[in-house]
Amino acid sequence: MTAIRPARRSLRQPKLDNRRPDQKRKSTLLTIVMGVFLIYSILPLVWLIINASKTQPNLFGSFGLWFSGPFALFENIGLTLTYNNGIFIQWFGNTLLYVVVGAGGATLLATAAGYGLAKFNFPGKRAVFAVVLGAIAVPGTALAVPTFLLFSQAGLTNTVWAIIIPSLISPFGLYLVWVYAIDAVPTELLEAARMDGSSELRTFFTISLRLLAPGIVTVLLFAIVATWNNYFLPLIMLSDPTLYPLTLGLNQWNAQATGAGADPIFNLVLTGALLTIVPIVIIFLVLQRYWQSGLGAGSVKQ
Amino acid sequence: MSVALSTGQPTALSSKPTKKNWTGWIFVGPFIAVFVVVFIVPVAYSIYLSFYRDQLIGGNAFVGLANYQQALGDEKFWAALWRVALFFVVQVPVMLVLALVAALALDSARLHASSFFRIALFLPYAVPGVVAAMMWGFIYGDRFGLVGNINDLFGSTVLEPYAQQWLLASIGNINTWEFMGYNMLIFYAALRVIPLDIYEAAELDGAGAFRVITSIKLPALRPAIVVATIFSVIGSFQLFNEPNILRPLIPSSISTSFTPNMYAYNLSFQGQQYNYAATIAIIMGVLTAVIAYAVQLRGSRKDDR
Repeated sequence: MTAIRPARRSLRQPKLDNRRPDQKRKSTLLTIVMGVFLIYSILPLVWLIINASKTQPNLFGSFGLWFSGPFALFENIGLTLTYNNGIFIQWFGNTLLYVVVGAGGATLLATAAGYGLAKFNFPGKRAVFAVVLGAIAVPGTALAVPTFLLFSQAGLTNTVWAIIIPSLISPFGLYLVWVYAIDAVPTELLEAARMDGSSELRTFFTISLRLLAPGIVTVLLFAIVATWNNYFLPLIMLSDPTLYPLTLGLNQWNAQATGAGADPIFNLVLTGALLTIVPIVIIFLVLQRYWQSGLGAGSVKQ
Repeated sequence: MSVALSTGQPTALSSKPTKKNWTGWIFVGPFIAVFVVVFIVPVAYSIYLSFYRDQLIGGNAFVGLANYQQALGDEKFWAALWRVALFFVVQVPVMLVLALVAALALDSARLHASSFFRIALFLPYAVPGVVAAMMWGFIYGDRFGLVGNINDLFGSTVLEPYAQQWLLASIGNINTWEFMGYNMLIFYAALRVIPLDIYEAAELDGAGAFRVITSIKLPALRPAIVVATIFSVIGSFQLFNEPNILRPLIPSSISTSFTPNMYAYNLSFQGQQYNYAATIAIIMGVLTAVIAYAVQLRGSRKDDR
């Protein structure tokens, strides 16, 4: 139960940063060491931005970490969005669909189930717990072959459902909500609502959901990242390029550079990669206080 | 993960439940229904598949453990398994030590602009694995990659990320880049919950910064390290995206059975050998669970430090 303590603490981080005043002397050496880490983390992204601004002929034979030739970023973006009748926009829309329905659904299911596990006693609870937590350790890709075969018998392969249905389950999300709900929703409050004659579902939607909000946002964020970055599942399930998410589409463009009838479009691959990263990075930056607390809640057991 | 977290379980299960009836199923039911479809049924089906084989004569026939026997004698499978094991033994410690150093630096309160570093180092986690692999794939290349630039600069081939002996290291670098910041934040979150009075007591005892790290911070990080290691076991043994995306660039070095996962994938989707692919997947699943459990046991023993 103490596991959610870090969550609350890190929400108040600005204050905590001022603790241990005796150690507040800033160390230049330490900052330089972290500078090396920083360069390692950022350099590939800088490389990507710079090279997404070059035309394809200019990519070759120019130094990778500086601009060369005409600044073609906007031209590249235009080309990326219009290439092959705007297939990139189609992929972007598909990704959004998978994220909204898949990650949204996963968050709903995990929230309800985590709340149910935290606040109710019911027959079979222990079994549910053991099985779901055990599932976190099951390698997702180990399920790929049988899931594909089952879905193909049900006629679901090469449809959006083949991506959405497996995305709906997030055992880790369930765990996060469960841990969060134990303390965030006081049992006394539920009792009081019951005394007033409120149904369990009504209590859940009017009272509990609000109290669970910070935990829910965290689960949603991790579900969004997982679906946005999904590659293996679509690779197996989809053969129709118009259903591809961005990850799979980009890989197809990249593969165009090799093999028979090679038609390299490196500038589009680079620009497309950049466009794929930007939305998810923005989501992360805007909601950073939530995921930082969520990581704390999920990782620390005491 | 599951094992690491299970110590919180007994207290939680007895956390003053309010009702002893079926009401809870209203909330848990929908999750469980989908869970059965996408987890339980596929696992069961996978086990079923592994005991059968499509034969030229007699069609689909029960063959007992023959598929498992075949896997145990399969050189391709063993080579792939050793490759990911080596990957795990080398890449994971490097990544976790780097993450640990970064987390300790963040927590030291002696860093300029520490919240900027925290965000910036975590950023690669948000980059899709496919994009990360493609980006590094280009950077490694000599056509318009950084490595090509560096080699031109020295007029030689000092760096050969795609050479057979460096290939695994090159893939390890991509994974380290992606997940170092994520692990750093897990460690950092664990460091933030160390009570302040412990530091005050240590200071009274005259403990220096190094002593504080070895005697207070590292022991407190133990559960977080266990969790991070378990996640890394799962990640290493499932290695697929990076080698599969680099493969078109260097098909001669990365075979279709480079990792167990690639082997299983290619067996089913190129070779239609679903039964054998399911067998490989089950062996890898069991192996992952066993190692994760061993890490957890080793990590939770309090007296061996």
